[in-house]
Amino acid sequence: MVDVATAREQPQATPTTWEPRIIGFLCYWCSYTGADSAGTARMKYPPNVDIIKVMCSGRIDPELITTAFANGADGVIVLGCHIGDCHYISGNHKTMVRMPLMRRILQDLGIEPERFRHEWVSAAEGEKFSKLVAEITEQVREIGPLNWPQLVYERGVGHGMDLKAWGE
Amino acid sequence: MGANGKLKVGMYWASSCGGCDISLLEIGPRLLDLIKVADVVFWPCAADFKYQDVAHYPDGYMHLCFYNGGIRNSEQEEVARLLRKKSQTLIAYGACAAEGGIPALANLKSRAEIYDVVYHTNPSLDNRDGVEPQPNVETPAGTLEIPTFYPGVLRLKDIVPVDYEIPGCPPQADRVWEAIQAVVTGAVPPRNAAVKVGCSGKTVCDDCALEKKLTKIKQFKRHHEFRPEPGWCLLEQGVLCMGPATRSGCGALCLKAGMRCEGCYGPPANAEDQGTSMVGALGALLDAQSEDRAQEMVAQIADPTGTFYRFSMSSSFMKAAQ
Repeated sequence: MVDVATAREQPQATPTTWEPRIIGFLCYWCSYTGADSAGTARMKYPPNVDIIKVMCSGRIDPELITTAFANGADGVIVLGCHIGDCHYISGNHKTMVRMPLMRRILQDLGIEPERFRHEWVSAAEGEKFSKLVAEITEQVREIGPLNWPQLVYERGVGHGMDLKAWGE
Repeated sequence: MGANGKLKVGMYWASSCGGCDISLLEIGPRLLDLIKVADVVFWPCAADFKYQDVAHYPDGYMHLCFYNGGIRNSEQEEVARLLRKKSQTLIAYGACAAEGGIPALANLKSRAEIYDVVYHTNPSLDNRDGVEPQPNVETPAGTLEIPTFYPGVLRLKDIVPVDYEIPGCPPQADRVWEAIQAVVTGAVPPRNAAVKVGCSGKTVCDDCALEKKLTKIKQFKRHHEFRPEPGWCLLEQGVLCMGPATRSGCGALCLKAGMRCEGCYGPPANAEDQGTSMVGALGALLDAQSEDRAQEMVAQIADPTGTFYRFSMSSSFMKAAQ
């Protein structure tokens, strides 16, 4: 999954040029519309979240979250409809179980809790969305870059490693 | 074929417990059939072969080589490269070689932390001088060299191209025999691609005979806390069975004996990351009506990372790099 060769070639991010790169998984019916309403209302929020629209937050396979981090995301947010509002009735009930579990696993794997956020944002909560994005962007900016592919290379646990480098 | 028309077969153990070598013997009388068509030319666990013997074989001398165990130190890496050169078909045998296995759980800790426990703080230790192994030691007789301990456990395919993988801890004897037959007769053509053999594309749940009543989990329980109702799905009774997120091939052996599936066959065919696959499965199985209840139930799971990635940490997307 992690392409070690590319990670090695990429120049190390420096504090002056680095901007947090956050992946946002937004459910189509509420949160994406909420983000849309923030845009229509011309609210200002940082451009650091790359939004991926999914039909339901219950469709977000936890694998997508680890894939995002493993490929260099600095943070991940998962937004869905409030409990009871799911367009598919119980889709977000699955999210409600998976995300706290993912939070624990990510912490065990060494991801700071601030890098991962799971919230409910309804179609009318454009303001909540813009505040949330501003908040997580600031939090991630404070902790600094994650650069997981680089960590995998430095730690020597990736695919295609030249292990002679560790033969001290 | 060799001079006597027989196949040359080898087996090596790296970072493993030795169970894989025993599991190969578990094919029983069929071993005699194997011996009829094959000569063992390298098997440190069962016969006295040296690395030098292998180094003197011509390249591609071995038709079939089973490599069990992950790569934990420089010796294992060196032998992996040597065996790749000397074998026509290299098979990653067992969970450790294929997915990292139990040893790869140590990837959650750094080398310093591992050394600290193993050589200093373990209560059963008597290491007053605080000795730690050094790769090179000067003695009056000359420099002694031991293998370097790597900072993480790697799969065989992280180091050299692997033709086939037989998952399982250990691989189940009937599946091993099928896999040997398939590989020897050339029934599984794509090589160099770490194709999984000796297993099926389904999950353990598909093979499990326990009844699924389609009820949801009310509370997580562990085996020592209650007596499960026989014949009823353990996961539905609250035992964290890895069945939904584990490749089948074993025939749900543990479940037949009343034990939960621990996930030794690795992630199922349609997923690459076993832990997140299990998180995904649990999402639909909990009887949690409110967010608070969901968090309460999730908090009952003792060690989600160690349980869900027990055999597949080296294959996980994030690889425990910190």
